[in-house]
Amino acid sequence: MTNSSSSIIVECLQVATVVFLAPLFTGWVRLLKCRAQARTSAGLLQPYRDIYKLFFKEVALAENASWIFRFTPYMVFGATVMAGAIIPVISTRAPLSATADIIALVAIFALARFFSALAGMDAGTAFGGMGSSREMMVASLAEPAMLMSVFTISLVNRSTSLSQMTHVIVNSPIMLRPSLAFALLAFALIAIAETGRIPVDNPATHLELTMIHEAMCLEFSGRHLALIEWAKGIKLLLFASLGIALFAPWGMATGGTLQSLVISYVTLTAKLAVIGVAIVLIETRLAKMRIFRVPEFLGAAFLLATLGMLSYFMLE
Amino acid sequence: MSHELAIEINSLLAALILLTSFGLLVQRRVYGLLHIFAWQGVFLSVSTAIVGYSAGLNHLYISAAMTLVIKVFALPYILYVLIHKLRIKKEVEDMVNIPTTMLIGIAVVIFSYHLTAPIRELSTLMTRSTLAVALSTVLLGLLMMITRKKAVTQIIGFLALENGLFFAATSATYGMPLVVELGVALDILIAAFIFGMFFFQIRTSFDSLDLKEMEKLKDLD
Repeated sequence: MTNSSSSIIVECLQVATVVFLAPLFTGWVRLLKCRAQARTSAGLLQPYRDIYKLFFKEVALAENASWIFRFTPYMVFGATVMAGAIIPVISTRAPLSATADIIALVAIFALARFFSALAGMDAGTAFGGMGSSREMMVASLAEPAMLMSVFTISLVNRSTSLSQMTHVIVNSPIMLRPSLAFALLAFALIAIAETGRIPVDNPATHLELTMIHEAMCLEFSGRHLALIEWAKGIKLLLFASLGIALFAPWGMATGGTLQSLVISYVTLTAKLAVIGVAIVLIETRLAKMRIFRVPEFLGAAFLLATLGMLSYFMLE
Repeated sequence: MSHELAIEINSLLAALILLTSFGLLVQRRVYGLLHIFAWQGVFLSVSTAIVGYSAGLNHLYISAAMTLVIKVFALPYILYVLIHKLRIKKEVEDMVNIPTTMLIGIAVVIFSYHLTAPIRELSTLMTRSTLAVALSTVLLGLLMMITRKKAVTQIIGFLALENGLFFAATSATYGMPLVVELGVALDILIAAFIFGMFFFQIRTSFDSLDLKEMEKLKDLD
């Protein structure tokens, strides 16, 4: 098997993994959360059942909804899968990751969010517009912090290409770097905000006053809703894998051999399981904060990311 | 412990000290401030001990122990008792809002990095890179004193500033002579008692610990 064809196989494998593993990860987080709160859970596979069910439901469209509303679910799902092809999840050598660096990755997520916000306003309900406005407020504060945190990691590894950065981290000795510690903290705060978890947004709520992401997606139904929910699951998985790729990629395959891929899958599963536990601990311990506290929360993320960058120059 | 590892741990501690300085700037609750201040003392003490170990200077151990006793236990305890007796329960009141203070803080850090860059080039000590952090801790303490209205938070700012000075001494010259350090430590301790008396005095004269009250002349009311 030639090198290029094996890397294409790895790439396809990775996209398939991301797309089909995402509901399982969502199910794992929900299961743990139910256990932590002494509730009976619907099972690990419930997200698959939900998505399957939604695909066979009728789509109810608002009378004055335009093409944007119908196009958005496909756009959001497509952009999220595209991001899944760029982030090194199982192997650092994915051919598509050369097409986009980490700045483009942030832009792809922003594109999906832009269309979601448009669709939220498109149906003409009050909740949709409110959700879009809140989502954009969170996004406008989270993105600079995200870029700042990512630039810190880029500075340390001297590249903005994700696969290159991951490759450098895998092959370099473990060092105590204050800049990376700050960047990790900032990244964790941003990931919470970007994936709409507690304390920024509650993924399980449909209460008018508190929902952010859900308010925007309230009008979707049938297969559209299935795609939106699925994309949401993939995004959660992707942020977890992005965190793994940037801060703890050890065990990830650097080539395309079968043995390294198996090791990669095992370590990925273990790391994701741990991240799921961390998410549940955070969500169970903290209450959702007031929406006007969110700018301060993201301001703290920006501060941490900036401190990371400064400490790279000052201390390393 | 190798020399490289000592440097790495020391810069990590310096980063944590910088983080606690920002923590003091953004914390809204008075008891929260005390906790962060105590943590800053812990990091400072560990950092001093590590510098003492890898530079082979025994007097730094005494400094580290003194920092631990005075800045982690004694001063927060005295302030805690004071706050409890003065029944301060309100959130910290600041003159500039917190996000703006944070941005000014970042600018201050960049400024001190530029200011210490020449010294960093000249120095040959293992702690030379932490000097910028030390100077920014001093300036952030100063910033805290400027932007707060209440006397208690200004005192915490002052003590954080002193922490910065101590850290600067360790990173620039491996610490001051022991006699000087003993004197400073004693001064700080006595200052805390005097501050306490001042707090009561200020409150009985003005019915408030808000120092804005002091700018008015009493007879004009």
